[in-house]
Amino acid sequence: MTHSRTLSALGLYRRMAGASIVAQLRYPGTFAIQAIGNFITTLLGFFGIWSLFRRFGSIAGWDIGTVAVLYGLVNVAFAVAETLGRGFEVFGGEYVRTGSFDRLLLRPRSTLILLLGHELRLRPIGRFLQGAFVLIAGLWLAPHVQWSAVLVLPLAIAGGAAMFLGVLIGQAALCFITVEGLEVVNVLTYGGVEAGQYPLTMFGRWLRRFITFVLPLAAVCYYPALFSLNHPDPLGVPTWIGALSPIAGFAFLGVMVLIWHRAVAGYVSSGS
Amino acid sequence: MQPPVPAPDAITVKNLRKIYTVREGGSWRGKTREIVALDGISFSVPKGQIAGFIGPNGAGKSTAIKILSGILRPTSGEVQVNGLVPWTNRVAHVARIGVVFGQRTQLWWDLSVGEGLALLRDIYGVEPERFARNHARLAEALDLGAIMDQSVRQLSLGQRMRAEIAASLIHDPEILILDEPTIGLDAPSKLAVRAFVHELCRDRGTTVLLTTHDMHDIEALAERVIVIGHGRILADSPFEDLRMTTLSERILELDFHGTPPELALPAGAVETARAPHSLTITFDPRQIPAPALVAHVGHLSGLDDLRISRPSIDEIITRFYADHAA
Repeated sequence: MTHSRTLSALGLYRRMAGASIVAQLRYPGTFAIQAIGNFITTLLGFFGIWSLFRRFGSIAGWDIGTVAVLYGLVNVAFAVAETLGRGFEVFGGEYVRTGSFDRLLLRPRSTLILLLGHELRLRPIGRFLQGAFVLIAGLWLAPHVQWSAVLVLPLAIAGGAAMFLGVLIGQAALCFITVEGLEVVNVLTYGGVEAGQYPLTMFGRWLRRFITFVLPLAAVCYYPALFSLNHPDPLGVPTWIGALSPIAGFAFLGVMVLIWHRAVAGYVSSGS
Repeated sequence: MQPPVPAPDAITVKNLRKIYTVREGGSWRGKTREIVALDGISFSVPKGQIAGFIGPNGAGKSTAIKILSGILRPTSGEVQVNGLVPWTNRVAHVARIGVVFGQRTQLWWDLSVGEGLALLRDIYGVEPERFARNHARLAEALDLGAIMDQSVRQLSLGQRMRAEIAASLIHDPEILILDEPTIGLDAPSKLAVRAFVHELCRDRGTTVLLTTHDMHDIEALAERVIVIGHGRILADSPFEDLRMTTLSERILELDFHGTPPELALPAGAVETARAPHSLTITFDPRQIPAPALVAHVGHLSGLDDLRISRPSIDEIITRFYADHAA
């Protein structure tokens, strides 16, 4: 009735994200130290891999270029998800435990938009830049880069970001049941980043299945990388799969969003 | 879908029940137990009224407030707020109410008050002209000029509460729910909040539902008190009626320069305390009106001063709960 100028969800998100950037830059020194720290920590991780390849040249048929592309993809994707999904990451501690989720429900907007707008986190820019740098270096070093990589890699990054955002949303949904012991979910986030850095063939059968069919990590990282680098899959999956498989990341996010809505509805009827 | 005719009452509650299911011992497989938080309450609040909603901790107040705010679904019963059922369409419902939780901020710690209000403008979709008008009006009435550019983190509790109230009203809600709005505030801030709420109701016809443990809030603001206990409504009446039915007694204090004399008191009055230079008499004005009692003691020799007082609202409420404990 009186609300004729309601901003679109995207418009509102931009406004909230803008406000959170203003808030983060209020202490520019702290921000700079955190971003640089984030850059250095992630860079050190790659030095480990790099020194292995320097020593052995290639490992089990994988060259440094391919591994660098995998590493870059998963880190850039995770950095994007960390940037967007901070509100879900801190949901248990900052919303459920304190009761301020009630406050959020009092706003006439989707809870997802409000939590995305909690913070557009600038700090993961360190991981993002470092990942992007390694990704580009990998493309430089890899022997058979496909021109279509230009299209597939951004899709893979988007799919990977969607998947990790889905994990964060799923973690937040779990907070309605318990806020204890949620560090377990870090197996999927930080563990996922670690696992995504290596070719799928490095893992045993069960872990391979898990990161293919449960958490679609292989679909957003491994297969698109193989496609982009024209590298045949030692396990025999056709390479073209990698051009489409990042969609699985969005599907995973979709499922987590449904779970989220169910969890919020459950909270509203049980009050706890 | 919603009835087109506006309801005469801002809030209507009929036979509202809420039963929580809790797990014993908090374990996953433990037995569940049911807790009745609201055991069939009914009341309605006409437009423009300030209704006090009081009760001891655990009485069911917060449950009722949550249901009215649209953030909790009841087990059974009917509720209409502004003609809407709060829990069936949360977004439409919360756009038309304002809620202040005294202990939880709705502003952003790291943003200034002004930035937070501007963000709320976009969340609620308030048109720029209306926002400018409301902003100016609230800034003046709540004296926000000096703190508009300060970040919320830096505000004192009193300043923050004024900002919170402005934040809850920036979208012109027809109903304002105040949950402990004066908790922890100093005396001038309490008075400022009360004065503002009073004007809001008088000038804009906003309906206010107020929960508080500070009975002076109730005395200063509420035309009517709904007392809730054990999930039921124990009383629903103007405050003065509650006073008369619960604790109508008055207190007469007499100061003497010497030792107070022994005196024979009329029916309905009893001596309740005696000190070297004073005497306290408690009386029931329905049996012996205050002027008659004063006339009776006025001629006593050595009498310096006398005062009549009413029991404080805290005493009344304490007595009321005690009477209903059984």
